[in-house]
Amino acid sequence: MTMAQFDTQAVSGGFTDPVFEAQAAFRALMDASARPGTIHDLPAGLAPPAPLGAGSGAVMLALCDPDTPVWLAEALRGEAVSAWIAFQCGAPIVGDGASAAFAFAAANDMPALSALSAGTQEYPDRATTLVVEVEAFEGGEEIMIEGPGILGRSRIAPMGLPHSFLNERAGNRALFPRGVDVVLVCGSRVMALPRSTVLSRKSEQEAN
Amino acid sequence: MSASTGMSQDLASYNFAYLDEQTKRMIRRAILKAIAIPGYQVPFASREMPMPYGWGTGGVQVTASIIGPDDTLKVIDQGADDTTNAVSIRAFFQKVANVAVTTRTRDASIIQTRHRIPEEKLTEGQVLVYQVPIPEPLRFLEPRETETRKMHALEEYGLMHVKLYEDIARHGHIATTYAYPVLVAGRYVMDPSPTPKFDNPKMDMSEALQLFGAGREKRIYAIPPHTKVVSLDFEDHPFEIQHFDEPCALCAAEGVYLDEVILDDRGGRMFVCSDTDHCEERRAAGHRGRLSAEEAYTGREDAIRETAR
Repeated sequence: MTMAQFDTQAVSGGFTDPVFEAQAAFRALMDASARPGTIHDLPAGLAPPAPLGAGSGAVMLALCDPDTPVWLAEALRGEAVSAWIAFQCGAPIVGDGASAAFAFAAANDMPALSALSAGTQEYPDRATTLVVEVEAFEGGEEIMIEGPGILGRSRIAPMGLPHSFLNERAGNRALFPRGVDVVLVCGSRVMALPRSTVLSRKSEQEAN
Repeated sequence: MSASTGMSQDLASYNFAYLDEQTKRMIRRAILKAIAIPGYQVPFASREMPMPYGWGTGGVQVTASIIGPDDTLKVIDQGADDTTNAVSIRAFFQKVANVAVTTRTRDASIIQTRHRIPEEKLTEGQVLVYQVPIPEPLRFLEPRETETRKMHALEEYGLMHVKLYEDIARHGHIATTYAYPVLVAGRYVMDPSPTPKFDNPKMDMSEALQLFGAGREKRIYAIPPHTKVVSLDFEDHPFEIQHFDEPCALCAAEGVYLDEVILDDRGGRMFVCSDTDHCEERRAAGHRGRLSAEEAYTGREDAIRETAR
């Protein structure tokens, strides 16, 4: 990669209308968090350097800045992504997940939830938000969710999450009010699974 | 994003809705954490606003951080759309965000409120933003923040029950009528801001997202939709809301929260809906109360004309 290409890549592919697109991205995230399991549209048209996806990029530019340490999964730790983050939002990149406010990963490259910060009992808000790129929002293992924001019970089936995810989430839920909040993105769409949401395998529920 | 592109040409967008972008991001992060931990008070770096503390700086900062060009804003103060606080905050957002405003509850996407929840049932797309003076329900029982924080951390809420019990011991019933403490999603005891306890049942399993902003105390908290909100009580002294002996004098509504209005210096008084939009809609639909006779209106208009002459 020549120096000239590198430079334009870092300075392009962000929000074209930062104030309104950041607001739209936040509202999608807010509605997604308020109603876990529902799918919302993030502003389209972002083009962060691969392998960082457009949806993850939108979440990052809407919420991350020099105040929020960001942790990146192994596959994202390229120079191109680092330069893009440095130019677009100025968030410091940290190697230790437990000190990160936001963590970004693909579903097949997810960190253990226990490797991230769950906050403290006094300040449970000081926890990491994990943004995960999934292959699709449908077609994966069926998961039943319940908790605040969900009327009764609802069903999701995101594709590509590791098999250990549900067990990790159960451990995460047991820490409540501490815990990691999870945001799933696919393309330019987003779904949130805040720590308050209880996940269970559909097959297990039927067995009960 | 064609609407917003047009918007940014008309208006300097870098300070859309007054706050700078870094402040908005900080508040937005606090709001997302507040939603993830229902009832927990998230500290945030509250800014100085062009209005004094106590005028709703917390609510204004929350609204400014969530509002977009497509939103329709309603602002109420004690249920009324036409009091000083409501009018000036509505004018503020018209000026700094150029958004549509309304007084009709069902047309609003964001409702900023001081101390009331609209009588009309809120729906899924709506956000209710509360202006909160003192967010800590335990503050008058324990003045130290370090201690109240520990009490929340340990879910140690015995003191609040003692306070309600002392009410019963002294008055024979729970005498708390506003800022009545609630338990959110079975975990955090929360102050619903000084809304009358009449409104507490409306918070339970609401379809709208409820956000609370306390500017001076620098706290944001939230109740997601479809979340259990229980008013604290005892088995032998169950939670009860206020009841009114007479209906609204203007629209004859029953089962709504009423304000007392003094009419003269000889003990004359009337009770009218605190929610002005609800009252106006009922009158427009033909409901008439004891003091709303059409003749009374005509008579008053004549009197005003007399005075004008």
